[in-house]
Amino acid sequence: MYAALWRRLPGNRLVKSLLALLLFLAVVAVLFIWVFPAITPFLPFENVTVEGGP
Amino acid sequence: MGPVGHERRGRGIQGGRRWRGGAGARSSGDRELFITVGVVLVLFVVWQLGYVAVVDSRAQLGVVAEVEAQFAAGGASLPDIPLQSDPTATGGAGGTGSTSPKVTLEDGRVFAILRVPRLGGPTWARPIYEGVGLPVLAKGLGRYPNTALPGAIGNFAVAGHRAGHGNPLIDIDAIRNGDVMIVETRAGWVVYRAQRHTIVPPTSVDVVAAVPQKPGVKPTEAWFTLTSCDPRFSSTNRYIVFAKLERVIPRAEGLPADLLADPR
Repeated sequence: MYAALWRRLPGNRLVKSLLALLLFLAVVAVLFIWVFPAITPFLPFENVTVEGGP
Repeated sequence: MGPVGHERRGRGIQGGRRWRGGAGARSSGDRELFITVGVVLVLFVVWQLGYVAVVDSRAQLGVVAEVEAQFAAGGASLPDIPLQSDPTATGGAGGTGSTSPKVTLEDGRVFAILRVPRLGGPTWARPIYEGVGLPVLAKGLGRYPNTALPGAIGNFAVAGHRAGHGNPLIDIDAIRNGDVMIVETRAGWVVYRAQRHTIVPPTSVDVVAAVPQKPGVKPTEAWFTLTSCDPRFSSTNRYIVFAKLERVIPRAEGLPADLLADPR
């Protein structure tokens, strides 16, 4: 998958590396801004209250 | 599509070394998937411990500064919770065993600031909102609805994250008996002193009872209870700190600076 992606990126090695880095950062941004916040409510360390309480 | 740059670097280090396909060998796609999942997990930890801690922590300090400014300007837009030592302010003392005045707080609205010098020196401050739902606790600390108001006879119970969302109570286990815990409202400051702590199962709702851990008993003292999770990054148990009212200070008098002295 990644090899195919690498072949599809235009330019020489340097350009390819920069583009790959940009793609990586874009994925990180999507994860940080949308994906991770959406899944944290389902993780255990979110629970800090005593349940069924008043 | 996964973290491309990282994968590229990994391949480069390994050079041309590849798994020759014998029995049980994974396909290249499988390996890429495993690496991608691994990198995403690492990123999640970085996000949780670095990014969110910084971003949410900053947001919460921003709210504190905003509320401070409003308090200084008279706080007309914030709930007016009477200081309990004020004999004219016991309007709601009814026959229900609760002496909380009739102040209704709106879920998700900030109404107070908590200061615990033990958790970060004189400047440590976090906003307290009404409610303990996850969207509320993402913004700061939250009051258990229907528990006492700050300073009132009964139990003012507040929950906060120990890990995640700015980690407001990350060091809750550092609080020692006798540590000062100050709740600032529009009317002034309510000064509590930590009395004891305990670790209980998540079902122990009696820690937020009007008399902590004595459900059904009619309260005669003003308590303040903080709940968070224990151990850190887990939800196996709850870490609870109980504090008792020491005194209230009207806003006009100002907060003595020595109360905020760093005990660490």
